[in-house]
Amino acid sequence: MNPNLPNSFRSGPDERGHFGIFGGRFVAETLMPLILDLEKAYAEAKADPSFQAEMNGYLKDYVGRPSPLYFAERLTAHLGGAKIYLKREELNHTGSHKVNNVLGQIMVARRMGKKRIIAETGAGQHGVATATLCARFGLECVVYMGAVDVERQQPNVIRMEMLGAKVVPVQSGARTLKDAMNDALRDWVTNVHNTFYCIGTVAGPHPYPMMVRDFQSVIGNETRQQMQEAEGRLPDSLVACIGGGSNAMGLFHPFLDDPSVEIFGVEAAGHGLTQLHAASLAGGRPGVLHGNRTYLLMDADGQIEEAHSISAGLDYPGIGPEHAWLHESGRVKYLSATDEEALAAFQLLSRLEGIIPALESAHAIAKLSELAPQRPKDHLMVVNLSGRGDKDVPQVGDILKGRKK
Amino acid sequence: MTTRIDARFAELKRQGRSAFVTFVMAGDPDAKTALEVIKALPKAGADIIELGMPFTDPMADGPSIQAAGLRALKGGMTLKKTLELVRDFRKDDDSTPIVLMGYYNPIYIYGVDAFLADAKAAGVDGLIIVDLPPEEDTELCIPAMKAGLNFIRLATPTTDDKRLPAVLANTSGFVYYVAVTGITGAAAADSKVVGAAVGRIKQHTKLPVCVGFGIRTPEAARAIAENADGSVVGTALVDALKGSLDAEGRATARTVTAVADLASALAQGVRGAKQAAE
Repeated sequence: MNPNLPNSFRSGPDERGHFGIFGGRFVAETLMPLILDLEKAYAEAKADPSFQAEMNGYLKDYVGRPSPLYFAERLTAHLGGAKIYLKREELNHTGSHKVNNVLGQIMVARRMGKKRIIAETGAGQHGVATATLCARFGLECVVYMGAVDVERQQPNVIRMEMLGAKVVPVQSGARTLKDAMNDALRDWVTNVHNTFYCIGTVAGPHPYPMMVRDFQSVIGNETRQQMQEAEGRLPDSLVACIGGGSNAMGLFHPFLDDPSVEIFGVEAAGHGLTQLHAASLAGGRPGVLHGNRTYLLMDADGQIEEAHSISAGLDYPGIGPEHAWLHESGRVKYLSATDEEALAAFQLLSRLEGIIPALESAHAIAKLSELAPQRPKDHLMVVNLSGRGDKDVPQVGDILKGRKK
Repeated sequence: MTTRIDARFAELKRQGRSAFVTFVMAGDPDAKTALEVIKALPKAGADIIELGMPFTDPMADGPSIQAAGLRALKGGMTLKKTLELVRDFRKDDDSTPIVLMGYYNPIYIYGVDAFLADAKAAGVDGLIIVDLPPEEDTELCIPAMKAGLNFIRLATPTTDDKRLPAVLANTSGFVYYVAVTGITGAAAADSKVVGAAVGRIKQHTKLPVCVGFGIRTPEAARAIAENADGSVVGTALVDALKGSLDAEGRATARTVTAVADLASALAQGVRGAKQAAE
């Protein structure tokens, strides 16, 4: 046993926002007072029963929770091993897990009296969720999205605009998620007085990684209860894809102190780990970016490298700091899936279960062909189906059509 | 400990004038040209040189300085080469203070202790690290002080009286007041509002207060100089440099003079200011 292991994996972060050496508050002074205000406002909201009650009301009637835990019978039979359950986050309003977090943050923003909401988005799922809740609560919404992602995720761009949000295509850097986050931070530092930055994943300066995790933990908490009802016990393993890592953290966190539960995160290996990819834990090392210390893809001089993934939502050279800590402590095992594996899984789930997954979630599905067959038939495996694939249909259709020619 | 920065402000106080602080990006567009540019700045009237350390993701910088950093990186600039640039500059100039300005990650990857030793040996006097607020002082600020380098903190319009003492606690050399909430190169600062803010900061510290962000012209520099111990100009100089490059972004025969001429005009603006009231 590692003598440095904590008594609990669920007690982080410390009061300065650290998970081990990871996390922290690496932001410009202009933002620091606001980040301290946010920390206070969130702590007050968390302790206020009326906040939780109001949120639960919206989660039930607006988002449509609880999301089902569904036994994937044909996928299980096809892989011939563990009994596979899908946590159906793709059935949420707006089509992914992102809405769980956005609802919470918008409610905090309202408590703080902020009228203008900004967000960054990769695949557009977080942007759509933010635009949706801004429409619902009558707030101004500006979404930063890399120009490359605007191209490959057109359906979501149209949805955001239809919901009344302004989508700003970001032209700097690689014009993907990292650059969208840079420009969102630049907007925030400029409009700090009236603007709330709704971060889409478990990253950024403290308290964001903790706050987003708390709002997403509804996924794991429901899973715990639903598995109890379905099978009378805890699951044996959990699998989720990871870009920044919010859907994974939401599923994993409630189970971190249950040692019988094996936990697997799946990073995006792009063209392969020796080529262009987005697997920060497998191919990166600790550094500081976007307000936190975490694993990052970078060169020998500390310059951030461009990530690559077929999935816009995983195309980010970093990962949430709590994942970096869970990786180093060994509690969670992090694997990776290539573009090709994700594409195959996308088609497999569509054909076997009649569910078109988001390309992001397809990375988690892809690893089942390694994880499930090695395990006995009474092994209960839960996969987070974090988003639906409608937004990816044009892109995947083009790729497959190109191959037939 | 008296650094070149302390000595320079003491000298300016004797002369009864405000400091002209220039910012350029190390290695923009190449290391050789950047050395010629920073050598020309003191001759043009710069009292202190801020040298940008290029970074891929400068989250507090506007388009001009973002592009300058990317030009430098494309030209092969690294943190090691930035320190070499300072070392070369020091061969001919042992008095003009050099402050490195940038983001933490390249320093963290270089290794904090090695960086501080190498920076001190190269002739660096101070550091401004945008993404290290007082809450993260143990990372670099405290070690830098121990290594004999000034750690210059940014104070902003959002830094209220309650927070100022924490921001000033481990600051040395001077205080850099960011005149606007925003990124570099953004809106111009109103000199009256800035004057009041500088007065507020001076109630909490004896350190000189320099003002930056939004100063582009000799007139604006003069107005700020009347209300502060120094004015920082960055984006305007970086834009002048960019305007002198050829279509491929390479330096031309005009590059050094383009920056020096603007610096000279700005310096005259600063020198034309009435001495700020103590």
